[in-house]
Amino acid sequence: MSADTNRFQTIQVQALTRVEGEGALRVELDGDRVKHVELNIYEPPRFFERLLRGREIREVPDIVARICGICPVAYQMSAAHALEKALGVEVDATTRLLRRLLYCGEWIESHALHIYLLHAPDFLGYESGLSMAADHREVVERGLEMKRIGNELLEILGGRAIHPINVTVGGFYRAPDRQRLKDLLPQLEWGLEAAMHTAELVAGFDFPESTIEHAQVALKHSEEYPMNHGEVASTDGLIIPVEKYDQHFAERHVRHSTALHSVRLPEETPYLVGPLARFNLAYDQLPPRSRRLAESLGFAPPVTNNFRSIIVRAIETACAYEEAIRIIGQYPSAPPPRLLKLPQRAGRGCHATEAPRGLLYHCYEVDQRGCIEAATIIPPTSQNQAQIEHDLKQFVPSVLDLPQDEATRRCEQLIRNYDPCISCATHFLSFKIERSKQP
Amino acid sequence: MTAQRPTLAVFKLASCDGCQLTILDCERELLAIAERIEIAYFLEARTRTLEGPYDIGLVEGSITTEHDAERIRQIRSRCKTLITIGACATAGGIQSLRNWADVDEFVRQVYASPQYIQTLATSTPVSDHVPVDFELRGCPIDKKQLLMLIVDLLAGKQPRIPRYSVCIECKLRHTVCVAVARGVACLGPVTQAGCDAICPAYARECFGCHGPKESANPLSLAEHYRERHHDPRPLVHLLSNFNAAAPEFRQTAARLQSAPSGPAQGAN
Repeated sequence: MSADTNRFQTIQVQALTRVEGEGALRVELDGDRVKHVELNIYEPPRFFERLLRGREIREVPDIVARICGICPVAYQMSAAHALEKALGVEVDATTRLLRRLLYCGEWIESHALHIYLLHAPDFLGYESGLSMAADHREVVERGLEMKRIGNELLEILGGRAIHPINVTVGGFYRAPDRQRLKDLLPQLEWGLEAAMHTAELVAGFDFPESTIEHAQVALKHSEEYPMNHGEVASTDGLIIPVEKYDQHFAERHVRHSTALHSVRLPEETPYLVGPLARFNLAYDQLPPRSRRLAESLGFAPPVTNNFRSIIVRAIETACAYEEAIRIIGQYPSAPPPRLLKLPQRAGRGCHATEAPRGLLYHCYEVDQRGCIEAATIIPPTSQNQAQIEHDLKQFVPSVLDLPQDEATRRCEQLIRNYDPCISCATHFLSFKIERSKQP
Repeated sequence: MTAQRPTLAVFKLASCDGCQLTILDCERELLAIAERIEIAYFLEARTRTLEGPYDIGLVEGSITTEHDAERIRQIRSRCKTLITIGACATAGGIQSLRNWADVDEFVRQVYASPQYIQTLATSTPVSDHVPVDFELRGCPIDKKQLLMLIVDLLAGKQPRIPRYSVCIECKLRHTVCVAVARGVACLGPVTQAGCDAICPAYARECFGCHGPKESANPLSLAEHYRERHHDPRPLVHLLSNFNAAAPEFRQTAARLQSAPSGPAQGAN
């Protein structure tokens, strides 16, 4: 190992690419020892939690959507459910079903984007999905079509794919068009098949060695793969109602980041949220065809190598298609969703849902007039931030013998394993490995 | 533009990523676009970056830091045609609500604690810092308008986007007016079209994603609603969304804020 330690002194990339948003990473080496890893996050001050104060309850889903253009549904879903709890109301069964269908659309859109345009190029040696299309046009077209169908589902239910307008506290403004949903079924069937082929494709990739040692955290629900509902569970045995989230997890301010790091209490350790955590905790709740898909790949919990999260995303894409088909099949015989009239009362409500990239926690206090008094929003990427740094610290020694470019590329690939949504939590990220001068 | 493929660069400032995602949401057109246009700089989509200058620059996001204020000047100097995409780049976004720390009574009455807001930087549109050749409105931008823009640029034409109101789009899709038929305070009459009037079609009010239409008079509309027993506070909120810092919306919101609460007793 020590023979070539002078081979590179520093590795520097201007900005991390193929992630949502921009940011910086700095790795300091002392010989072959990793001295320090920093994922630098400088959130430009958008201050949504402050902007929400004084706004009316009904405005919240529209405003929080703007935290993230990639996963606006996640923000709308966590907010709507948290505010319904604050008001002590519960939506009807059809609304519950249709909210899950809406979430399926976002999972499909986000996962297909990440698999085909952002992550797969790393495994196949391309700088982008666009370059990959030059050699494998049909493959990239399949990914784009899978993504498009997810967006069409979002448009039917939400009015548009980015920042949908049909979600409100208490239900939907308008019941989704049954015929348009029914007409989408053949495409959803195609999408399910395509997702299965995707899973077979990505399962054959070469995966670098890497192990997540810390707990993995996701929602768990006895009857369904988690999206909108469930208790907060961890791979080391924690299972708590979401109301107790803040007793078990806390945000810590670190000097190099304006986004707060989340840690597990009382040990103050990092933890992982996202597809891997969901798969490990909710494998038994996968719908039948998706479960058989995982089995046919010989892919089962526990999965601890986050490079393999691309396989989980493909299985979850199949799961979202499969669930969408099931729900649309049930919708015609269900009563129309009823939009609740909201009571005027003060209260507090917390809720978490599963954004494509992991658990998203919202907590609100509302006053007697129906306005927001306080809001807390903890996005998945800030929960994963400490884990990303820890993961890099473990991983960097294994790439030090590689050429500089390749070592850098592998580190960026590791960050992409987390599908970080830096817009939710960050602003600018540039990548840098520095070696101390040898004595 | 040269005989070669024109080059395109996509930049991001303070924003949610949704407008540049709209480019990748052109699923059936993306690969064709990439054949006609050299995508030279687009960090979200590709690792390879080509040096400028670029024929077309698309900018998402508002200016909220000194660093970005400097960055936008560099971006401008490297782009022959600079186009803002979305409400943040065009009007400052919802994060521009912090700018109103100087409107003391507004901040005190409606928004967060004043001492906090005064400590924040402003959020300003790109055009406050550098000349902008074209502004594509929306929160988010509309995919069809984006494709029209790209087609016009490839043809060497000045892009054209309708400046009329959302009301025209409601008429075109035969949506019954939510303001007239249901008494909902809707911003459609003063908001620029481009979204295909989706909100009224989903039985709710327009909340101004595409910003003020040409020659909009939101104050007159607000007075109309107040005469019909609308409290001013929800109207202030409607105007204080993603285009809050657009001058027409901002001035009206400030006027309403200083008015007594409760419905107006008559005009003015």
